Amino acid sequence: MNQRPPSPYLNPYLAGVGLGLVLLAAFVIMGRGLGASGAFSSTVSWLVNLVAPAHAQANEYMGEYLGDGSTHPLKAWLVFEVVGVAAGALLSGLLAGRARLAVEKGPRVSTAVRLACAFAGGMLMAFGAHLARGCTSGQALTGGALLNLGSWAFMLMVFVGGYAVAWFFRWQWR
Amino acid sequence: MMTPLYKYGFFGEEFSLLVAFALGLGFGFFLERAGFGSARKLAAQFYLYDMSVFKVMFTAIVTALLGVTYLGWLGWLDLDLVYLVPTHLGPQIVGGLVLGVGFVIGGYCPGTSVAALATGRIDAVVYALGIFAGTFAYAELYPAIKGFVNADAMGQVTLPEVSGLPWGLIVFAVVVIAVVGFWGATLVERRFRSEP
Repeated sequence: MNQRPPSPYLNPYLAGVGLGLVLLAAFVIMGRGLGASGAFSSTVSWLVNLVAPAHAQANEYMGEYLGDGSTHPLKAWLVFEVVGVAAGALLSGLLAGRARLAVEKGPRVSTAVRLACAFAGGMLMAFGAHLARGCTSGQALTGGALLNLGSWAFMLMVFVGGYAVAWFFRWQWR
Repeated sequence: MMTPLYKYGFFGEEFSLLVAFALGLGFGFFLERAGFGSARKLAAQFYLYDMSVFKVMFTAIVTALLGVTYLGWLGWLDLDLVYLVPTHLGPQIVGGLVLGVGFVIGGYCPGTSVAALATGRIDAVVYALGIFAGTFAYAELYPAIKGFVNADAMGQVTLPEVSGLPWGLIVFAVVVIAVVGFWGATLVERRFRSEP
């Protein structure tokens, strides 16, 4: 989409301060932190409700995201926040010349295998995030900054789990 | 002025959705700026040649933690009104492990996948479809696993509360650990960057 070479990434500490200030603003303005996985729960509940409403409403997990039907399932705080995340990332990517159609992978793996891994990883991630009541945003980042006990336990285990299997998936990235 | 503004009734639910979008804008912007729209950059954390995930995450945590600590101290922020996800150690430990494995295999976490798909990464689109499938599977299995998911209920509890140590001491310790961690991470990066 952009012809000029992509700009280098922002210094990690500056990016961290930026993210931290956005998170602090969320605490001060809303009294809650940021998140992501909850938006996926709302979207899935809405989609299943379109296809099989009786089934979705009878399900304990999806039923909670659908509520009593008085408001649209997508009219949820995290859904609006995640739409903002997409818009903000696109803005940054366009400004930096980094927005382009591509598959992120190492040189030794085929596109088909990489995409299969992406799908499997997404499934696992969803399971982990729902078990833990939040993902890297809603638990690790938000709860980390509030000294939440469960968030710190979760964050530590994310790194343990990642490092434990990293060697086995080395071929995908390097 | 007392905050959180929303909890003190400065605006209603409709406006809070606009706030959500605006905060998301900032969140997504800095995620992409940091390079977290790239699975290779994110996965590098687990291969030690680029520790940006650790550096960005811990800088953000320290920034926001110092912010809430100072604002609370000044009496401008009522921290008791900021929502804490309830602690259930068992499912959160297992969830963290599963999520870490999913991170290495998939290359993203839910938030960064949104930043990546918005900037055209096809693997992030497929990853997000995986999240849809995983969420549906989780919902279907929920009745069978909800006993485990809701086990170990400790309520909303912080590290200072559970350890009995003062809030300030733990904040100070987190800052020291982060600074030492940043120094260590830079050494580790230097050691592993040259490796093929």
